[in-house]
Amino acid sequence: MVDGGRPLEVLDAILEQYRVVQHGVAIYFGSADKFDREHLKRLKRLVRRTNTPWLSDHLCWGSVDGRYTHDLLPMPYTFAVARHTAEKIRAARDHLEVPICVENVSSYAEYHASEMTEWEFLSEVVELADCGILLDVNNIYVSSKNHNFDPYDYLNNIPHHRVGQIHIAGHSKFEKYLLDTHDHPVLDPVWKMYAHAIKLVGSTATLLEWDDRIPSFDEVHNEALKANKFRDEQLATTTASDQFPGPTA
Amino acid sequence: MAATLFRPLTPQWGMQKRWTDGSRMHDMAAEFIKPNDRLSSFERLEIYNRQYWFRVLDCLWDDYPGLRAIVGARKFMKLVTAYLARYPSDSYTLRDLGNRLEQFLEEEPQWSAPRQELALDMVRFEWAQVVAFDGPSKPPISPDDILDTPPSKLRLGLQPYLSLLELDYAVDDFLIAVKKRESDVLRGEASNAVQSAPKAARRRKRIRPPKREKVYLAVHRHDNMLYYKRLDPEAFAILTALSRGATVEDACAEAVTASNRTKIDWPAQIKKWFNNWSALGWFCRLS
Repeated sequence: MVDGGRPLEVLDAILEQYRVVQHGVAIYFGSADKFDREHLKRLKRLVRRTNTPWLSDHLCWGSVDGRYTHDLLPMPYTFAVARHTAEKIRAARDHLEVPICVENVSSYAEYHASEMTEWEFLSEVVELADCGILLDVNNIYVSSKNHNFDPYDYLNNIPHHRVGQIHIAGHSKFEKYLLDTHDHPVLDPVWKMYAHAIKLVGSTATLLEWDDRIPSFDEVHNEALKANKFRDEQLATTTASDQFPGPTA
Repeated sequence: MAATLFRPLTPQWGMQKRWTDGSRMHDMAAEFIKPNDRLSSFERLEIYNRQYWFRVLDCLWDDYPGLRAIVGARKFMKLVTAYLARYPSDSYTLRDLGNRLEQFLEEEPQWSAPRQELALDMVRFEWAQVVAFDGPSKPPISPDDILDTPPSKLRLGLQPYLSLLELDYAVDDFLIAVKKRESDVLRGEASNAVQSAPKAARRRKRIRPPKREKVYLAVHRHDNMLYYKRLDPEAFAILTALSRGATVEDACAEAVTASNRTKIDWPAQIKKWFNNWSALGWFCRLS
């Protein structure tokens, strides 16, 4: 998103060797504000540079009246908010000219105004927007503990054919809540959920998020490779007819 | 909800108990946030309030080590809290978080007193580094591009990532010393040998603030590495005039006329400067 210098040099070096899928944190599909035109302009320039097959960002809000919280804030799960959010996702996709996946965020608060569960809201938005899902399994687990719901209800009741990518990560346990910190190995219950998710959506590109207190490359790499084991085990026990189509861009 | 997030935390890093009109935040939070079996509405909202402030304060802490060293860590936190309370982030990127810090220090000198001028110099310098790191660049002009244009008609643009700073303090040397001290501390924390050293040896050395002296500085990048380069006053004057749109001839004449230095072969000196600036890729076409 920057104009020059070392960040772009590094990006170009990566693009020479790898296919890059863009993931962002600042579109804020759920904000009531109109899009920041400057942000979208830069994003489009970057999309052209990376040739990303799709672009993902979070199903959240984070700015109001041009002021930014730099956080991924949960939305009230109402039909009106779902329509508004879906319209913005469609507008962003039309402008950027790439498919979009929205990621479920971890949350620490719920609103009285909500009219449905989070997974119903996610399903409503992606169906209205006709977009993909970036399924963050750790976020579901964190939110399920913070809001007392069964995370498997979430996994079982979303449109699985729309899942284009999966995120896994570690989190931190505090006395009264869990916090999505991306600074630990993935915990066992999250791996179990991941295995279930793979069973439901089929083999899907998976990203391990570890962006704080980062250990050696080998440790992070080994953790990421665990995902292959869960994927292979699950797919071996799933008959071909049970499998959902693989992810598409 | 956003308004509550932007309100500064208490000195104990908690959410303020009262809203601006005196009403209880517990009641206000309960109006729109559900409690659960472990956390009240207030406590759930407080998680986001704290996350916001920890994130933005952390960002400025990392980006402005020079300002932090000048005013001291405790006062720095108060300063940047007051800054963000007045000027919340207006950009989608945290890179721009300090873009109005200079303006704020000019408007509210009490936060950097008694070293306001030094603090202002440092903030200009630290912001220039943000710009130099990832600011835009234009295709540099080569000497061949301008061969046929006489200096009386030649106007040159300067790279957008290049900042020219006229400073009253040698903040460049000061910042280098500050960063060296911080990296020494980091190394010390990673080493058992330092842990077993006498306490006196482990104590952080205080870096004396710089004395007043005129410094002309170019903050730029070369091969995508960040550099700061001291300039002679006349060199600074030429570059500043060029950035205003003056012709090369007028910029040089203006700088030499204003100089009180004698016994300098100005044509040779100016040629040397231009060769150097051209090699660094500082010149581009005027937009």
